[in-house]
Amino acid sequence: MAAPAKKKVEVVPEKLHVWPYLVRLEFLCAIIVMVLLTVWSITIDAPLEEAANPSKTPNPSKAPWYFLGLQDILVYFDPWFAGVIAPVLIIVGLMLIPYLDVNPKGNGYYTYTERKAAIWIYSFGFLVLWISLIIMGVFLRGPGWNLFMPWEYWDPHKVVALTNVDLPYAFGFRDYVWSSIFGGAVIIGYFAIGTAAYFVLERKAIKNVGFMRMFLKINLFLIMVGIVIKIVLRLGFNIKYVWVTPWFNI
Amino acid sequence: MAGKPQIPNLAEIWNDIKSGKIISDISKSVTESQVWTSSFRHGYADTPRNRVLQIVSNVWLHLHPVKIHRHALRIKFTWCMGGITFLMFLVTVVTGVVLMFYYRPVGEYAYFDMKYLQYDVPFGMLMRNMHRWAAHSMVITVWLHMLRVFLTGSYKPPREFNWVIGVFLVTFTLLLSFTGYLLPWDQLAMWAVTVGTNMARGTPFLGHEGPFAEFVGVTSRYDARSVLLGGSLVGPPALLRFYVLHCILIPLVAGALMIVHFWRIRKDGGISGPL
Ligand code: HEM
Repeated sequence: MAAPAKKKVEVVPEKLHVWPYLVRLEFLCAIIVMVLLTVWSITIDAPLEEAANPSKTPNPSKAPWYFLGLQDILVYFDPWFAGVIAPVLIIVGLMLIPYLDVNPKGNGYYTYTERKAAIWIYSFGFLVLWISLIIMGVFLRGPGWNLFMPWEYWDPHKVVALTNVDLPYAFGFRDYVWSSIFGGAVIIGYFAIGTAAYFVLERKAIKNVGFMRMFLKINLFLIMVGIVIKIVLRLGFNIKYVWVTPWFNI
Repeated sequence: MAGKPQIPNLAEIWNDIKSGKIISDISKSVTESQVWTSSFRHGYADTPRNRVLQIVSNVWLHLHPVKIHRHALRIKFTWCMGGITFLMFLVTVVTGVVLMFYYRPVGEYAYFDMKYLQYDVPFGMLMRNMHRWAAHSMVITVWLHMLRVFLTGSYKPPREFNWVIGVFLVTFTLLLSFTGYLLPWDQLAMWAVTVGTNMARGTPFLGHEGPFAEFVGVTSRYDARSVLLGGSLVGPPALLRFYVLHCILIPLVAGALMIVHFWRIRKDGGISGPL
């Protein structure tokens, strides 16, 4: 066990004066960052294109780079989800993290082994669903929001066959109402089965962790995984929507 | 001699200069003057007492505790990312005020004010570059700060609330950056904001293209998006709205939240660390 070694460090009185020990570090750090920022600002100019012109839409039109992850999700979801519900869920989900993660270990130090699941989930969301989609959006999305490899010419007339069908259609449903019911069953079933499976697997934890926590945790997780599933369905199987209703499509 | 001013003796003055006595004389008369003693409340000698006073008697530094754990100093632990984020915020505040002297958020002027700023205002281009690059850096550093806080599990009790404040802060950081994006009033600005705000059309119930909108009766002129833009497209009213949000409302809210954030770090027992 590494514990005794750690204890030893803590036994020594560990308090230091903020002045000078912290303040001088902050000061040094500030100087270095300001030098870098100044050099950057002298050497690279902020962009200024031609004057705004509402009648001349550039292709592609891109949101600011930090929102390109969300803009990319637009390929797979309608705006009400990609542009409104998804950001809200991200914000609320992030805020809930401290209340959902009840693992007391790993508080105040770096550890992977004591909280593997938490680290995997967060890293996946941040690095894959957020950062890599941004990188893709900045560098690989060209005219018509089509994917272009870095060496490819951004051809504004690139034609991509739209052969997507809805999931119920792929399963042979042709009737609108039955398609809708099937799609609803798939989505609701996904969440219901996922939730139920989690509760069965973790049934011992319910008493300590609480129903509400576990319910929110698994459903937020299922939404995140669901986004990935939808992306895979689209890219791999040309599925457009899973659930089509008169009011919204998923 | 009494009452008569003494005639300075050149040789004596020269001696004082050579021996450096004149420096200590001057510094003594300065530091004992009423102006000095009323401005600075304690001496500078490196004594434990002064180290404490240095923090608690300084309005800027007193958000710090007087003493901290040794581990809180490790750059490897904090990456200094929260501090750098704050520094980037301060840079945008200072350079932003300079830009505001020259910039008018009016459809006819905005773009040409940018040109003027870039080509005619002394250091205008530098101010603009610093403002923009600091803003972009702030977005990156706040994400890294968040990643660090997650990896060290620093959101766990008793710091849950400060994490929640942090999520508000990252949201406002993005909104600050986004509202500023429109202000140059060039093609990049207008269309990025068009793409961004088009999303609001899809707001359930409140956007005219969103689910269930027909039950509320919103139209393209009166829905969630038009509240944001002051119209149904990104035009001069949107420019004015974004300007006010960017320069007044969001910085004030974000600044207030930062103060709460820093305060809570102290109240929660300082930077987290192994127990
Ligand atoms: C404008 C944005 C922000 C600023 C200026 C800021 C500033 C700081 C500073 C200076 C610290 C001290 C330690 C360090 O530098 O790492 C800190 C700690 C902390 N921040 Fe932030 N922060 C911001 C955003 C956030 C965000 C987005 C989160 C999380 C969602 C967050 C959560 C925390 C927590 C929980 C601590 C305590 C860490 C510990 O005790 O180890 N902050 N913040």
